[in-house]
Amino acid sequence: MARLRDDRPAFAAYLSGMEATIEVNSVRKRFGQAIALDGLSFTVAPGSVTGFVGPNGAGKSTTMRVIVGLDAVDEGSALIGGRPYASLRHPLRHVGSLLDAAALQPSRTARNHLLWLAHSQGLSARRVDQVIEQAGLQSVARRKAGGFSLGMRQRLGLAAAMLGDPPILILDEPFNGMDPEGIVWMRGYLRSLAAEGRAVLVSSHLMSELEDTAGHLVVIGRGKPVADSSVADLIAAASDGRVTLRTSARGEAMTALARAGATVAATAPDTLTVSGLASERIVEVLGQSGVPFSEVAAHRSSLEEAYMELTRDAVEFRAAEPEPSTQSAEAAR
Amino acid sequence: MSVTSAPYRSEMPDGRDGFGELLHAEWTKFRTVRGWVITAVAAALLIVLFAYLGTFHHEDGGICVGANPASGTCQSFAHPTPPLGPGGEAVTDTYSFVHRTLAGDGSITVRVSSLSGRVQAGNGNAASATDMAGASGQVQPWAKAGLILTATTKPGSAYAAVMLTGAHGVRMQYDYTHDAAGPAVHTPRWLRLTRSGTTLTGYQSADGRTWTRVGSAHLASLPQIVQAGLFVTSPPTAPAEQALVPGSGGVATGATATFGWPDLQGGWSPGGWAAENVGANVDNAVLPTLSSVGSRRSGSGFTITGSGDIAPSVGGGETDKNALTGVFVGLIALIVLAVMSITGEYRRGLIHTTLTASPRRGRVLIAKAVVIAAVAFVAGAAAAAVSIPLGNHILRANGNYVYPAGTLTQLRVVLGTGALVALAAVLALALGTALRRGAGAVTAAILLVVLPYMLAFASALPAGASQWLMRITPDAAFAVQQTLPQYHQVAYLYTPSEGFYPLAPGIGLAVLAAYALVALLVAHRLLRTRDA
Repeated sequence: MARLRDDRPAFAAYLSGMEATIEVNSVRKRFGQAIALDGLSFTVAPGSVTGFVGPNGAGKSTTMRVIVGLDAVDEGSALIGGRPYASLRHPLRHVGSLLDAAALQPSRTARNHLLWLAHSQGLSARRVDQVIEQAGLQSVARRKAGGFSLGMRQRLGLAAAMLGDPPILILDEPFNGMDPEGIVWMRGYLRSLAAEGRAVLVSSHLMSELEDTAGHLVVIGRGKPVADSSVADLIAAASDGRVTLRTSARGEAMTALARAGATVAATAPDTLTVSGLASERIVEVLGQSGVPFSEVAAHRSSLEEAYMELTRDAVEFRAAEPEPSTQSAEAAR
Repeated sequence: MSVTSAPYRSEMPDGRDGFGELLHAEWTKFRTVRGWVITAVAAALLIVLFAYLGTFHHEDGGICVGANPASGTCQSFAHPTPPLGPGGEAVTDTYSFVHRTLAGDGSITVRVSSLSGRVQAGNGNAASATDMAGASGQVQPWAKAGLILTATTKPGSAYAAVMLTGAHGVRMQYDYTHDAAGPAVHTPRWLRLTRSGTTLTGYQSADGRTWTRVGSAHLASLPQIVQAGLFVTSPPTAPAEQALVPGSGGVATGATATFGWPDLQGGWSPGGWAAENVGANVDNAVLPTLSSVGSRRSGSGFTITGSGDIAPSVGGGETDKNALTGVFVGLIALIVLAVMSITGEYRRGLIHTTLTASPRRGRVLIAKAVVIAAVAFVAGAAAAAVSIPLGNHILRANGNYVYPAGTLTQLRVVLGTGALVALAAVLALALGTALRRGAGAVTAAILLVVLPYMLAFASALPAGASQWLMRITPDAAFAVQQTLPQYHQVAYLYTPSEGFYPLAPGIGLAVLAAYALVALLVAHRLLRTRDA
């Protein structure tokens, strides 16, 4: 078998395009009877933060563990720049991953945690100090990791992922446990890493965390792909042709528009969401009928709404979440 | 969406990704957990502490003086200081001797017409006296009667002897440790011992006419003028198996032989025969002996009664094992440490970080094994190197006799102890890797390594069972701590608790190494094939 050597210039040039991608191809994975991943495929491209979203239990963590070679696939493949993770030499130079921020030896200091990782890749203590600074951990670097808050552990995990200055980052729920300031910092940091041309895969069960951060979204539910598109396209699809109308004469407006063939829903005392008519036609109809209005605008779904729409059928643990109707029913009993 | 045209290329140079880096990482992991470093140091200190405690109050190594048969207690213990033989080993050299001076070459021939024995009653501990009551009047298997040629009558002198034994036939023995078997007969015999330069040869004959050679000895340092003649001696009974006090329980015995008139050829001095009880006046003799020994002319020969032995000394003093009882305790600490070094990673999920940094999992296990083995080796060897001189010093200061051990033997014990704990740590690491749970793996390691030791050393088992445990369990490796060789020509309770192991040091270590290797192979396979 030919050995891949990435120190040959021509090959390096070829790899430089390849390296910074993650390809997940028709991956199936079951744990005993439970199917964790059911034919999942997606690609993570460089230069953008790819949000990896799905409800709890959808298979996000399993997918990430498969990508970094911790779990073996039953079918399909997960490749880093075309190669299985297990075949990578000094893998932290290719892929930085943060799978579980709590996975620390509590009596080891943050700096020593990074130090053994650095040594495993032939990296120096100088690099350790660099990532400590990047992650803003200078003041706590020589403290035992056991005393760290979850937010600090996330920063330490991110520092560990950045040790090898990798073109690919895989982060599982990095916002968990972070305070608002930390979330803002994390978003900015992830955007800047993507802007440098890195491929960044970030999982979250809360779409709102990825608002303004992810450029691309992979949504999964029950181990299956639900959506795989740019954030802009996803919102457009969710907003699909709907128009928001603000008017003081709601009743007249609804009558006039319905007569013209539109579907109208009242979403607020002075707001209607109209579908089935283009905004120009709405303005024309309202003008002909003499209905006053203050605003006609293309409706823009929030990322959250788009996500809820997509995963409505895929949410596994909905029953576990208290729903208002169930609560009131119980209260009535 | 803005995609930058060029994927990210790190400006950082690649580091090396060899096994050395992995070792460095695992070593950094180990040394940066203070609790682990403390545990390793504590394991070493425990070994030394036990050397101190275990030897400080150790005063039962001597010979019982003023025994009280009713209570089975001793008024005091005499502390033996056995003479050293030509090879530097401690020896027993106590026998009844009827001799003349021989200058230069010559030979002596005699007929041994009978050999009988008796056992002292009421000596030693009560249990032994009861056990041996029925054996009174029986000759000891290693009772000896025959011809001896010795440099001097000072105990520990170079010698060669041909003899009839109680139950081991005709033997040719020299310089205490050497033994060659002749015919396995126990009927009256003719014996002949000749000196030609430095070569001594023993012969035997049933009728005094047809002779066969039993064996030869080359004693380079033998002086021109030597003492030669007839001797009788009889070793104490082997300590009873169930004796609770190690080393005690051997009971003095005697043997009486009747000889014909010796026929002398060569440069014998004129004059009569001298009788001497060699070694009888050595203070603090190692072996219990009968005091009623001696010789008399009878008819046309001699009747000689002797008690003692001419053999290597075993069991009357202390060995390095006393200083190393704590190895067992230190071993438990190191086993726990080795298990935790991997199960701790499983418990906290840190194993995922380890395996994403080094996806070649087999190498990770090997690197971990090398690090924990090195740590355990240093702890074990350093502790042994301190414990042996410390323990032996305290033993001697308390009046105990400590058998001498050569520098190479000491080195073997020190390095062997290091290897013992290192291999046990690797076994524990492999169990931890395979089971992934600290409690389960520690339990398994304790069952494999600690339990057999406790069973064998708590005297809870018969000697045979103990010896099997020391053959087939990982504890076979404790054979590296044996300093006194086992001699087939000395009847003794050669049990693990007395410091004697059924396997040679290297073989014992190999048994443990085989356990560690098999466990490592299983762990290697599981680690590679299981989801992490």
